[in-house]
Amino acid sequence: MALTREQMAQRVAQELADGYYVNLGIGIPTLVANYVPDDIDVMLQSENGLLGMGEFPTEEELDADLINAGKQTVTMATGASIFSSAESFAMIRGGHVDLTVLGAFEVDVNGNIASYMIPGKLIKGMGGAMDLVAGADNIIVTMTHASKHGESKLLSNCSLPLTGKNCIKKVLTDLAYLEIKEGKFHLLEYAPGVSIEQIQSLTEGELVISDNVREMKIA
Amino acid sequence: MSGFNKVVTSYQAAMAGLTDNMTVIAGGFGLCGIPENLIEEIKRKGTKGLTIVSNNCGVDDFGLGRLLSDHQIAKIVASYVGENAEFERQMMSGELEVELTPQGTLAEKMRAGGAGIPAFYTATGYGTPVGEGKEQRSFNGRDYILEESIRGDFAIVKAWKADTYGNLVYRKTARNFNPMAATAGKITVAEVEEIVEPGMLDPDQIHTPGIYVDRVIQGTFEKRIEQRTVRASL
Repeated sequence: MALTREQMAQRVAQELADGYYVNLGIGIPTLVANYVPDDIDVMLQSENGLLGMGEFPTEEELDADLINAGKQTVTMATGASIFSSAESFAMIRGGHVDLTVLGAFEVDVNGNIASYMIPGKLIKGMGGAMDLVAGADNIIVTMTHASKHGESKLLSNCSLPLTGKNCIKKVLTDLAYLEIKEGKFHLLEYAPGVSIEQIQSLTEGELVISDNVREMKIA
Repeated sequence: MSGFNKVVTSYQAAMAGLTDNMTVIAGGFGLCGIPENLIEEIKRKGTKGLTIVSNNCGVDDFGLGRLLSDHQIAKIVASYVGENAEFERQMMSGELEVELTPQGTLAEKMRAGGAGIPAFYTATGYGTPVGEGKEQRSFNGRDYILEESIRGDFAIVKAWKADTYGNLVYRKTARNFNPMAATAGKITVAEVEEIVEPGMLDPDQIHTPGIYVDRVIQGTFEKRIEQRTVRASL
């Protein structure tokens, strides 16, 4: 069975470590915040200028001056800090964020990512995604393995305009957890009930089955 | 003493000197921390052919989106746009020129512009459409593109408090692009919720020193919320 969005978030959350500063993109990455293990502390960075993002506010706490990068009203966690957009992207570009999780339309065997633009359709813009992928060393891309029509999103070459070049090393799809190195996808884990053959058939880019490949554990 | 008094009492005076085809840098992220009344004054004035530099372009009936209906904006430099129908229509029809700029690059373009730095190298956008046609250079084995800084004829910002000297303090994430925008205008106008006497703001807590600010006006704000997300009270 393909993972649900919630299960994908749960698997990503296993990559969190105590003391991590983490930037979560919009969509599935945002859900990761719900699965932070109880025994660790992480601090969420929101690129509009907040480190230490808290949960949504109650009606009483609602504050138009306190939003996240998705423009949702939020609160501040204990120990939070506020800063300008330039400072925020100094953190991001300067490699100070420990883990970045974001969505994509496509990734390829060279670690290229396309996530912001489908030519011919409305172009809304890259927001902070280009800075995030350029600045972070530890990035996990979350996306479905294939389109609704069964077209692979793990390619030998991205077909859409790139968000970043040679920058993605890890991809979690609804079917698999993969590493990108030496111009190939390496299958590390398969989702429970998903066959390696199925993953192979939906991966257009070259796929290597890791010697230590195992079934994914979802709590 | 009065030479440092930046306070103006009408929006007309606040935006005096803005003329057609100028470049206006605006602070704000989404609808948070936007100079909503200064934007409204630009609408009232009817200034046309403007180049707007701002992370976003408001929504149909609020913020910079208000300048679209009368075609006051010729070009926008932004990282994320299209939350409104009229924007989409004008962009698709070619009436509105859009220069998509990565968010961090946009912030740095303003910061560098205000700091007298004409351009800077960044890895952001290398190998993507953003890097096309830009100078490339490698440092320590990594590839970068040269991005030019931005200055505006006007910068319009929203702060929480000001003193009459134009020292500014922002509140929570309404800070966002405002501090950089404030440095990058030939004329910088700040609208604020409260103006106090010099000495009332703690010098250690001032985010934008008054040297960057030419005019200050006290306004009342709607502060519209774009995505109202709440959790149940206990």
